[in-house]
Amino acid sequence: MKNIFGFLISVTLGVFIILALANTDAFPEFGSANTDNRVSSQYLIEDNVNDIGSGNIVTAIVVGYRGFDTLGEVTVLFISALGVAFMLSSPKQERLDLKFRPNFMLRVGSKILFGIILVTSFYIILHGHLTPGGGFPGGAIIASSVLLLYLADDKFRSNIKSFKILEGVAGSLFVIIGLLGLVLATYFLQNFLPAGNIGELLSAGIIPIIYILIGLKVGSEIAGIVDNFLTEEESA
Amino acid sequence: MTIFDIISIVVGAFLLVIAFLAINSKKIINSVLFLSALSMLAVVSFVLMKAPDVAITEAVIGSGLVTALFVFTLLSINRRDA
Amino acid sequence: MIQYAAIILFVFGLYGLFTNKNVIKMIISLNVMEVGLNIFIISIGFNSDPNSIAPIISSTNQLSSVFVDPLPQALVLTAIVIGVGTTALGLAIAKNIYKTYNTFELDEMEESA
Repeated sequence: MKNIFGFLISVTLGVFIILALANTDAFPEFGSANTDNRVSSQYLIEDNVNDIGSGNIVTAIVVGYRGFDTLGEVTVLFISALGVAFMLSSPKQERLDLKFRPNFMLRVGSKILFGIILVTSFYIILHGHLTPGGGFPGGAIIASSVLLLYLADDKFRSNIKSFKILEGVAGSLFVIIGLLGLVLATYFLQNFLPAGNIGELLSAGIIPIIYILIGLKVGSEIAGIVDNFLTEEESA
Repeated sequence: MTIFDIISIVVGAFLLVIAFLAINSKKIINSVLFLSALSMLAVVSFVLMKAPDVAITEAVIGSGLVTALFVFTLLSINRRDA
Repeated sequence: MIQYAAIILFVFGLYGLFTNKNVIKMIISLNVMEVGLNIFIISIGFNSDPNSIAPIISSTNQLSSVFVDPLPQALVLTAIVIGVGTTALGLAIAKNIYKTYNTFELDEMEESA
């Protein structure tokens, strides 16, 4: 072992955690979670589900019942993208020189693949209240398609100004929709559009609109982070 | 011992072995690739525990974005000796 | 089983954070800790009844079936994306450390750059 002191501390902490999580009411045995005496029993009764109108219950929790935590998470991601841009930027910039030149087929063929991946991401974002998925993986897939374009071409640089403007507009619209809920109804981020039937595309109030904004914001932030990692100062 | 128990024991054993290899290995690029494999095993255990939302998110982020960020950091250092 | 493997994964990550001297390996150990923690949080809400299904209501799943707990899944969804943000910021700081001190090992960094 490299360090006997660190080994002893880690093993002691592990033994404490395993002993403290023995079968109590808060941490039952693995595989016997009963939702009847937990908080989630309120999310699964018939009246509340028809009130929100979303088929995916995890989406209803993330955007509907706990929407304010999602606003905090979007803020944390914004601060980390801001920190990366502050650390790694410089006045004049060009692409990192990796000393190889990709093939012609790769440079042209990746643009077709970029379109297919972008359509997949829009499908996953739009159907967030009917199937698994939603705004967060959809935004990450948008960032992956931009990463593909960066890897396949040696001299590609995306339009960073338009990404930053898109990110700012999407974040502000999220807060404005929350304030509209405060003005038109009782509390911040309340559902003020009609709920509709479960299972249709136009249902669940403001949940699809908020997921589209979250997807665009997360995607443009992570694309901005990738661009900051791959450019460096011009070696004049 | 149902089939679920056997699969969960196998996945758990693989998780521990690959995590140990990721932390104690000589070159850094090997550790990064073992971290990517650990993310994939985590996706398998999320599907086993019936959580499809979380599995999609971890698959996209663990395989594409985090590994790419680590490799870009390691590429931008220029050593004198290989 | 998976719960004990997740806690041991967390302890491995913590041990790696104590003993490694390379900055990139410390960030990798932090990521191993996060993977273990996410697996443990989801394993709390699991129901091993053969009739239980994932929490999605559609034309084939009615509301009266037995669902697994949807609340831990909502919490882990946020935690994964925040982990990406933390890793990205840590790697940006590591790149600047290399530009100033020309090494990644903690032992070789001198006081005066």
